[in-house]
Amino acid sequence: MSFFSGFKRLTCLTLLLSLLFAGGFSFTSIPVFANMANAEEAVKSEGTPTESVKEGEKKAEYPPAPKLTAADYPQIGGFNPRILVWIVAQLHLWFAAFVLAVPIFVLIIEAIGMATKDQRYDNMAYEFIKVSMAAYSITASITAIMGGLLTFTLLVFYPDLFKYMASLFSRSMLAYAFLFFAESASLYVYYYGWHWLEGGFKKWVHLTIGLVLNFVGTVLMLLANAWVTFSMSPNGVDPATGAFLGSEWDVIHNFLWNPLNLHRVIANIAYGGSIIGAYAAYKFLSSSVKEEKAHYDWMGYTANVIAVGGLLPLPFAGYWLTAEIYAYSQQMGITLMGGAFAWLFIMQAVLIGALFLSVNYYLWCGMGRSEGSGRYTKHIWWIAALIVGCFLVWFTPHTLVLTNQELKALGGPYHKYLGPLGIMPAKNTAVNIMIIMTFLSFTLYRRANKIATVSWAASGSAIQAAIFVAAILNIIFLGVYHGYFTNTAYKVAASIPQVLSTAVVIISTLIIDSMMFKGAKEVGPLRWGKVPDRSQYALFMLAVSFTWLMGLMGYVRSGIRQHWHVNSIMRDNSIDAFTPTIGVAAQVVTSATVIFMAIVIFIFWLSNISSKKSAVH
Amino acid sequence: MKSFLKIMLFCILVLIGFVGYANFGIPQVKPAPPPTEEKLDLGNMTMDQFIALGEKVFNGKGTCTLCHNNVGKRAPMLDGAGEEAVANSAPLRLKDPRYKGKATTPEEYIRESMKEPSAFVVATFGSDGDTKSPMPNVTTGSIGMSEAEVDAVIAFLQNKAGSEVTVKIPVGAPPSAEGGAAAPAAPAKTPEEVIAKFGCGACHKIGKEEGALGPDLTHIGKSRNEAYLRKGILDPDADIAKNCPGAPCSPGMMPADLGTKMTGSELEMLVQYLVKSK
Ligand code: HEC
Ligand code: HEC
Repeated sequence: MSFFSGFKRLTCLTLLLSLLFAGGFSFTSIPVFANMANAEEAVKSEGTPTESVKEGEKKAEYPPAPKLTAADYPQIGGFNPRILVWIVAQLHLWFAAFVLAVPIFVLIIEAIGMATKDQRYDNMAYEFIKVSMAAYSITASITAIMGGLLTFTLLVFYPDLFKYMASLFSRSMLAYAFLFFAESASLYVYYYGWHWLEGGFKKWVHLTIGLVLNFVGTVLMLLANAWVTFSMSPNGVDPATGAFLGSEWDVIHNFLWNPLNLHRVIANIAYGGSIIGAYAAYKFLSSSVKEEKAHYDWMGYTANVIAVGGLLPLPFAGYWLTAEIYAYSQQMGITLMGGAFAWLFIMQAVLIGALFLSVNYYLWCGMGRSEGSGRYTKHIWWIAALIVGCFLVWFTPHTLVLTNQELKALGGPYHKYLGPLGIMPAKNTAVNIMIIMTFLSFTLYRRANKIATVSWAASGSAIQAAIFVAAILNIIFLGVYHGYFTNTAYKVAASIPQVLSTAVVIISTLIIDSMMFKGAKEVGPLRWGKVPDRSQYALFMLAVSFTWLMGLMGYVRSGIRQHWHVNSIMRDNSIDAFTPTIGVAAQVVTSATVIFMAIVIFIFWLSNISSKKSAVH
Repeated sequence: MKSFLKIMLFCILVLIGFVGYANFGIPQVKPAPPPTEEKLDLGNMTMDQFIALGEKVFNGKGTCTLCHNNVGKRAPMLDGAGEEAVANSAPLRLKDPRYKGKATTPEEYIRESMKEPSAFVVATFGSDGDTKSPMPNVTTGSIGMSEAEVDAVIAFLQNKAGSEVTVKIPVGAPPSAEGGAAAPAAPAKTPEEVIAKFGCGACHKIGKEEGALGPDLTHIGKSRNEAYLRKGILDPDADIAKNCPGAPCSPGMMPADLGTKMTGSELEMLVQYLVKSK
């Protein structure tokens, strides 16, 4: 009971806070909004004083983007404005990504439960939202605080930029504030209504609330994405002056909006999964009760599956985003993939490699839950070897396109290890094999506890093995042939059939498995909780790497604008307009990650205390 | 608490690994600083200096080598040897049956390529069946080269190809020429006259005038010193005020040529008047 009232208190606090910040947000934007209206009126109604002014006014109903000098950037108390805003924005993004992700997969699991009429799923969904709720209500308020802080720091340190953006996005900023409130409200209805709205039609109502919740959350994110992508690929403003052309929708619906939207939705799911995984791991490690350990082990496993499910399509969404950046501006595209930023993609490869390895490691450790796993553990070593090999190929850097100065600094366009492995087809080959191997780990894991009873089990497995081998050979052949025996224009031709091969493996294996293991015998009950502690660190590895990677790639996304607040429209004339080296960027991202992880783990710890209390009472 | 610390330690170790690799595992390329807007002293330039300027722009501000290099094969070479030099390949382009642009000489062709890249797209480098060039207009947007810089780059490219440099160093009209002609005959005698003569009141609240486009000047002496005010009149776009009534202040609204129209005594009278407006 006291647990519940503790919850209530938290809830009230959160509601209050979000109200405060939603309110704060609208207050910061309303004056600007009003200001804009005045400006319009002033321009329209005012007597036109001199001829020259008259002409200027007719052309531009809205003022052009301000041209700033270094003096327009307030310097306050030794803060480095860029780094401050950078860290605050990044923290806001991380918290927001988590807060938006949890409802997405809770809703999916709930829907699965409804479709299959399997109560386990519903329990699981509820479990997810309940367990994350304690962390969640704090997280949501922190998100709000970070959002308020972000607005505040922007307003203080980049007043002209903020004013310009607010003048373009006046309506959507207002909508954002209200949606933020709607998000918290629907979240609480969704959570507290869970048991009340059970069965039959009521369940539908509940599902609809969940849908509304996710809809609101998604729109929230899309709006924020519009602000970000506008600064990369501005639209709806006069390209020469930056003056608003009158349609806010045009400004929102800019060139890179949808590619970024897709990328972020998928990444959010994967990210949310990884953070919940870390939560479960934390609980697992800090608990000594057998049932609790089993429970959190199961939870960590499920979260991990979700995270990986989001992780697999992510490279393709990223690929689309990059292609669209090229299509929007080749100059920006080359700044992204060539030049100094190119090395960031090598960092990215390292990070993604770390993600893949920790996922696999976790699965291998998890085999200990089943008595039947002994049949498969002998395969682990070569799977591991293949993954590491692919990883090495993958992170061999690609040809770098550099400006002359950068060339000189580096002593040549090639990395010293750069050989034939640096080209794209080799990397595609490696990444596809890595995905297939991870899937193989997953398949073996699922099999560990089952014995197929169908008569064709042996030949079924043989067919599956054949498909795996054929697909890998095909992928290697495609990569080698297109990479080394055709000319440049056809090099990318390999990527689509390669991805298709990977998809064929995954889909056919899933289908054969589902038929082959129908009514299969279980070796024994799965011994949830019977995994070594070190497996849980793989979950932390996943969460930390993911967080860091998001930070780094966020820096690139923002950095390719170079010395522009709004690409080619509003120049950044502050003293911080330069592009830092990757090392410096990594230091900033690391500091932000430490702050984030400390807050998150602290929240876990807090919720641990509160649930311990409730267990005692 | 113990697991809290252990986990924190683990996370920090992982992060140290990442940040260490980012700092020591990969070369630290220092990206070029943002381009500065330099004032060009064209009047006193020799052709050699002009060509050198072109080379600097080509490798720096123009970002030409980002695409025009022999590493990525994203764009034709411009400053190589033989036909890899655009000044030599330009005559061929002009004879190309696909050529529909307006240029007739290599110089014009290069200029057109820079300002209207899609006028002619070198085969295999464009999109939409080689009708759209991926190259941006280099005089606008994020590159934003001036006409003089465009000419300097052409001079550099022609010189590099070993062909005759046909561009001329543009001579910017000396500022005094215009102002001298427009200078009014009768100088004003009081600051109020100066204000009336140059129409400050159309935009500013000042004296009896009630303009509302620019900042209120009735108490400007309180917050601004003499030097600032003088600069504010002579070079208004150097520093944009923030307190325009209604809309945000924007550059280009306040006339920039006052310095060439006023006499010295008019300017001084005006500045003293504003300084005393407290
Ligand atoms: C974003 C990449 C990019 C940048 C930056 C760029 N260009 Fe180009 N440029 C191209 C491409 C691609 C072509 C070939 C397609 C075409 O003809 O427009 C081209 C063509 C040209 C041509 C015609 C070449 C020929 O052989 O007919 C000239 C001249 C030229 N560029 C000059 C420049 C100069 C000077 C700069 C720097 C101020 C520059 N470009 C910057 C991509 C770029
Ligand atoms: C066409 C409208 C217009 C006219 C005419 C005009 N100004 Fe301005 N003035 C502006 C605007 C707009 C600003 C704010 C933008 C800026 O700082 O350039 C401004 C800014 C200023 C400032 C700087 C104020 C500050 O707080 O920084 C001073 C001083 C000034 N004007 C003086 C004058 C004087 C003196 C005259 C007459 C000789 C004059 N202006 C005529 C529009 C005008």
